[in-house]
Amino acid sequence: MKININSKLMTQDSKPGLPSSPSGSPLDSRQSVKIKTDRLSLHYGSFQALKDISFDIPKCAITAIIGPSGCGKSTLLRVFNRMNDLIPGVRVEGKVTLDDLSIYEKTVDVVSLRKRVGMVFQKPNPFPMSIFDNIAIGPKSYGIKDKQELNNIVRWSLTQVALWNDLKDNLKKSSLDLSPEQQQRLCIARTLAGEPEVILFDESCSALDPEATMKIEELMVDLAKKYTIIIVTHNMEQALRVSDMAAFMMIEEDKAGRLVEYEKTNIMFSNPKDKRTEDYITGRFG
Amino acid sequence: MKKFKEKLSGRIFFIFALSSISVLALITVFIIVKGAPIIAKVGFFNFVFGMKWSPSQGEFGIFPMIIGSVSVTLGAAALGVPIGICCSIFLAEFAPAKMREFFRPAIQLLAGIPSVVYGFWGLLFIVPFIRNFFGGPGLSILAGAIILAIMTLPTIISISEVSLLALPRQYKEGALALGLNHWQTIWSVLLPAAKSGIVAAVILGIGRAVGETMAVIMVLGNAVAVPLSILDPVRTLTTNIGIEMGYASGEHQQALFATGIVLFVIIMLLNSFAQYITRKR
Ligand SMILES: Nc1ncnc2c1ncn2[C@@H]1O[C@H](COP(=O)(O)OP(=O)(O)OP(=O)(O)O)[C@@H](O)[C@H]1O
Ligand SMILES: [Mg+2]
Repeated sequence: MKININSKLMTQDSKPGLPSSPSGSPLDSRQSVKIKTDRLSLHYGSFQALKDISFDIPKCAITAIIGPSGCGKSTLLRVFNRMNDLIPGVRVEGKVTLDDLSIYEKTVDVVSLRKRVGMVFQKPNPFPMSIFDNIAIGPKSYGIKDKQELNNIVRWSLTQVALWNDLKDNLKKSSLDLSPEQQQRLCIARTLAGEPEVILFDESCSALDPEATMKIEELMVDLAKKYTIIIVTHNMEQALRVSDMAAFMMIEEDKAGRLVEYEKTNIMFSNPKDKRTEDYITGRFG
Repeated sequence: MKKFKEKLSGRIFFIFALSSISVLALITVFIIVKGAPIIAKVGFFNFVFGMKWSPSQGEFGIFPMIIGSVSVTLGAAALGVPIGICCSIFLAEFAPAKMREFFRPAIQLLAGIPSVVYGFWGLLFIVPFIRNFFGGPGLSILAGAIILAIMTLPTIISISEVSLLALPRQYKEGALALGLNHWQTIWSVLLPAAKSGIVAAVILGIGRAVGETMAVIMVLGNAVAVPLSILDPVRTLTTNIGIEMGYASGEHQQALFATGIVLFVIIMLLNSFAQYITRKR
């Protein structure tokens, strides 16, 4: 079965008015779509990094983006919170919608989009300030001034990432004194404090040891009950362990990243439709 | 052979380092030896807090000059620090690369202008301006503060800008990804993260202001009296030495060295504070 899923099925599926038609989309019909891309292309200046990417990301589930290095996974992820806007010369074509909001419309407020779509980076990047301030900084700049309310937010966020019991007596301590795993948890907590709807993880475990990785994965699975989660990972075991959906990307001769296959994770890993997906996955497990 | 060469060059550098340090030490000892006796004679308290400076009558109180130095320096800081920090934020965060390339050498140039030129310019433009618009003699704390503020700008701007640009990109990305706008990112993440560098920049700038002599001699009016407003003339510790050293002798000269000791201590304190801040992260 060597049909070109990418260009045929996926673009058919992205006709307006058919959000998740059971025929083309791998999503179940009862799953609601949180983010939808429609023939998304992205250029860095004259270089095309993403080409014709159309897929539906389900709500309250974990979607993993996998693929070889340089295929545009991070670029795609950063489309969803418009972090690519920071890079001069970036051009986005096609349509990306978050619920009903077309996020590349001129009228969209990028700052409030980023409140809805949080991001956890590859290297833990806590700010060089106290643990408390790291978490309170978001809510404070959204206008929350009440000390008690901030305390509650900090407590709630740290509890979500299972740091509260360890750190509750040391909230004044510098975040830089924490272990890498704790720092990454803190960064997740910081993101949660802004009450996002979607959380993006860009290889967020790659700087951690296996044990810490396991714990963060458990946390992700837990968070997926309430949040829509999209992860980028090079670790196939991780994708298989945590994700509900998997998107395999690859570059072709023109070096532009494309979506080769998008499927339920267990289906993709047990029965990949595309030869390239199969090669990549088996090679990676090899 | 190679080892010998290495050893030799090591020795030579050591000798150079040692000699420069020992010259510094020598100067310090010299100032203390020359100045300490008069402090001992007049009494530390009378010297530092004495209101009257009239060497011919054996009165050596430098309090008005301390007030002079402090007021001019504070004035310079009040003007120079906000302007300098704003400039560095602009250069690090807002200015397009081309503009930055133009501003950097321009600011370096500002640092290269000899201080007499600043003083002369101040005397010709700032002093009459103050006299005409605010009244008083024009030669005043305000005039000195303006000149010194301009002179501290290069230090404050360049060090603050460097410490802002040296921040890891992850801080800015992290803050923007949280949904902070550009100003909030600067204000609540970048500035605090660069705090130690900026504080060091400010203190080094202030250190320069405290130690500056030539520029302020020409615009301060140099009256030995505790000023009542920023439009009054004052004399600073440095200008006191600069003005009187030429003809002083005996106890008078000792008292000028003693003034130097006080200045020395103030600048040492400022610099160690700057060191402490930068080291603390
Ligand atoms: N700021 C940029 N300017 C120009 N080209 C870029 C920029 N960032 C990424 N690219 C290019 O876009 C392509 C995709 O990069 P991207 O970082 O998205 O890949 P990736 O799949 O995340 O790779 P990795 O697995 O190594 O993280 C690469 O060819 C890269 O060189
Ligand atoms: Mg990447």
